[in-house]
Amino acid sequence: MTASFLKSTALALALAVGGTGAAQADKASGTLSVAFTKELENVDSFFNSSREGVVLQRAIWDGLIYRDPETNEYTGNLATEWEWVDDKTLELKLREGVKFHDGSDFTADDVVATVNFVAKEENGVKTQRNVNWMESAEKIDDYTVRIKTKDVFPAAIEFLSGPVSMYPAEYYAEVGPSGMGLKPVGTGPYKVVEVVPGQHFVLEKYEGYHDSPKGEPTIEKIDIRTIPDVNTQLAELFSGTLDLIWQVPADQAEKMAAMDDRFTVSNESTMRVGYLSMDAAGRSSMDPNPFTDLKVRQAVNHAIDRQALVDNLLKGKSKVVSTACFPSQFGCAQDVTSYEYDPEKARALLAEAGYEDGFTTEFYAYRDREYAEAIASYLNAVGIQIDFKLLQYSALRELNMKGEVPLAFLTWGSFSVNDASAMVSQFFKKGSLDDAQDDQTAEWLAVADSSTDDATRIEYYKKALQRIADQAYWAPLFSYNTNYVMTKEVEYTPTADEVLRFTDMTWN
Amino acid sequence: MLPFILKRLGLALLVAFTVSFISFSLLFLAGDPAVALAGETASGEDIEALRRLYGFDRPMLVQYGEWLWQALQGDFGESYYFKLPVATLIGDRLSVTMTLGVCGITFALLTAVPLGVVAAIRPNSIIDRFALFVSVAGQAMPSFWFGLILIVVFGIQLGWLPPSGASTWRHFIMPTIVLGYYAMPAIMRLTRAGMLEVLNSDYIRTARAKGASEGRVLFKHALRNAIIPVVSLAAVQMGFMLGGSIVVESVFALHGAGYLAWESIARNDLPTVQALILIFSMFYIIFTFLADVLNAWLDPRMRSS
Repeated sequence: MTASFLKSTALALALAVGGTGAAQADKASGTLSVAFTKELENVDSFFNSSREGVVLQRAIWDGLIYRDPETNEYTGNLATEWEWVDDKTLELKLREGVKFHDGSDFTADDVVATVNFVAKEENGVKTQRNVNWMESAEKIDDYTVRIKTKDVFPAAIEFLSGPVSMYPAEYYAEVGPSGMGLKPVGTGPYKVVEVVPGQHFVLEKYEGYHDSPKGEPTIEKIDIRTIPDVNTQLAELFSGTLDLIWQVPADQAEKMAAMDDRFTVSNESTMRVGYLSMDAAGRSSMDPNPFTDLKVRQAVNHAIDRQALVDNLLKGKSKVVSTACFPSQFGCAQDVTSYEYDPEKARALLAEAGYEDGFTTEFYAYRDREYAEAIASYLNAVGIQIDFKLLQYSALRELNMKGEVPLAFLTWGSFSVNDASAMVSQFFKKGSLDDAQDDQTAEWLAVADSSTDDATRIEYYKKALQRIADQAYWAPLFSYNTNYVMTKEVEYTPTADEVLRFTDMTWN
Repeated sequence: MLPFILKRLGLALLVAFTVSFISFSLLFLAGDPAVALAGETASGEDIEALRRLYGFDRPMLVQYGEWLWQALQGDFGESYYFKLPVATLIGDRLSVTMTLGVCGITFALLTAVPLGVVAAIRPNSIIDRFALFVSVAGQAMPSFWFGLILIVVFGIQLGWLPPSGASTWRHFIMPTIVLGYYAMPAIMRLTRAGMLEVLNSDYIRTARAKGASEGRVLFKHALRNAIIPVVSLAAVQMGFMLGGSIVVESVFALHGAGYLAWESIARNDLPTVQALILIFSMFYIIFTFLADVLNAWLDPRMRSS
């Protein structure tokens, strides 16, 4: 409390005196300076699992396919056309004349080598789910390849336009993931000129970039530094040594927008959804376990004023979410049961379930303490006493997998994959993270996940989501948003998938 | 002197060993390294695969033994997070932390000792009050806040210094002041207390009586004795600065060893944390040892014991 008070005081001071700083015009130098908050582990996009990694991946490499972030339509990038030869074989025609940053030609051999390397589990790709749907790839001719999937996998196109990038075969075989992380080579709009692991990345416009749907980059040079403290990032912005920062907390972004006309503050939603998970399957040691009772889970759903949380804490483009997926995702039906804020009803439901005097439960969270505390106070108000535990993410995840968490505030970002399978199927198919362990839901999701027919997929996701809502397995809460603050020299419209696209940035 | 040094050295190794074992066990208690390693988007099967790949499914003692055996041969392994040799990773960051630590303690000593001496010469004077104020303020102000204030004034308002980073010597000025200021109050108060006590002792009166100049009395006779506990304190502070400059490194985006340690703990990056803890404990051991030697040189009575 004191710490945040002092911080905001310091910031207010910074804002008040900010006008006198001697700002260097970076438009003149042609270099756009950007800050990362987190240390990126490895630039090789298959060997990191962070947002910063996705940002660099989209700049340095290309996928076979491209999804327009506005229209969500798929167009060719390194591939020009594709078709399913059978249920599990996708044939792609490749674009000719594309060159990697090191001057080598992009051909079918590169696709085959990349796919065959990442699909092999023992090569240790960090986010297995991005690649483990692929069985192998084979070359038909220099510019035609076939990718075989392990099972019927309709989301293949989405994954090929997102996390799966094409690497130069010979170079990658020679240097491996560590070498690629230090000296990345791709076909993307920007080539890498400097990497200080975790700290500093310098990108330069790739003059030989092909005619890609990502568009021609206009900014010559991108200089990215990792600055962990948001206040320091703001200070750098004021002193003119940064041009763009993102993931700025709502209260600070608000002050920036109100107090200074040298900066543009843009808010955009992200795919991250916050929710409460409840131990409906009764896996935890709590005895008796109130959450196995549908009425208690409904009471929890009725107890929370989601709109107030969105209006007062998350702000920006955050929205109330009633489903176990992000609304823009394919198959994420919105017309399912939702629970309005009604503490009276919550108390009545608790009484019906035999908890007239409420009960006490452990409540876990790993981030956004202020949101968790607000949720806890709503639960308190209807008689659910909270024993609050804030853990490191990995520790909570471990407890969760062991089924020892009765109630938790969790979030999920779907890795920016615009398909409901990236969220609801992740949690309701009876895996170790599934707190419902419901056969019916799992069965419907299995149908939806493995059908190639869009109508069938929509129908079965809807059924599963409806059941999850009716059974109140979760209390879905809200979507997250993020704030981008940039100098007036920079023109950029952020997209809803929280990926910074340097190709879309221009100087004003 | 040699048996004394050998005994201290043996003790040091034992301390280092104990520290590394305890930290290894604590990291295992803190959470499953495979879960941290796999990241947020991993499924249960991914985590299981990683657990097998890295051998986390083996008993802790076996894993510790393996780590120790390799560490003894100078191989600290590869960072789980960065996929780079730990030695390379730490090497880069340690130079930043060492620079900062040495500058910080130098700044602290250069300001605290003179201020302490002056305060002791005129106790309860304006100067003494001022020194008291400075030290209370230094103790009370959180480093991150003081750091931000400096950034606001010198980085933004006056534009004299770069707000963050580590590319030139000018980047180190503000972090040095913040880190040094945090260590300063204790050193100053101890200097003052020591000087006050010494100045009232008989041999100072004797020195004055035999006509020694005031400067000679103060610096040759008084300070040399008063400084002994300060040397020990400064050694501990130095160790603290090298291992504990996390906040300062974070505010000024310095990417030193302290910040790396903090982040590595959150990421359950065992090899990196283990190596850093070993290095930090060695720093403490070395500095305490050096302080003992220095004290023995300053005070002949200590040499015999």
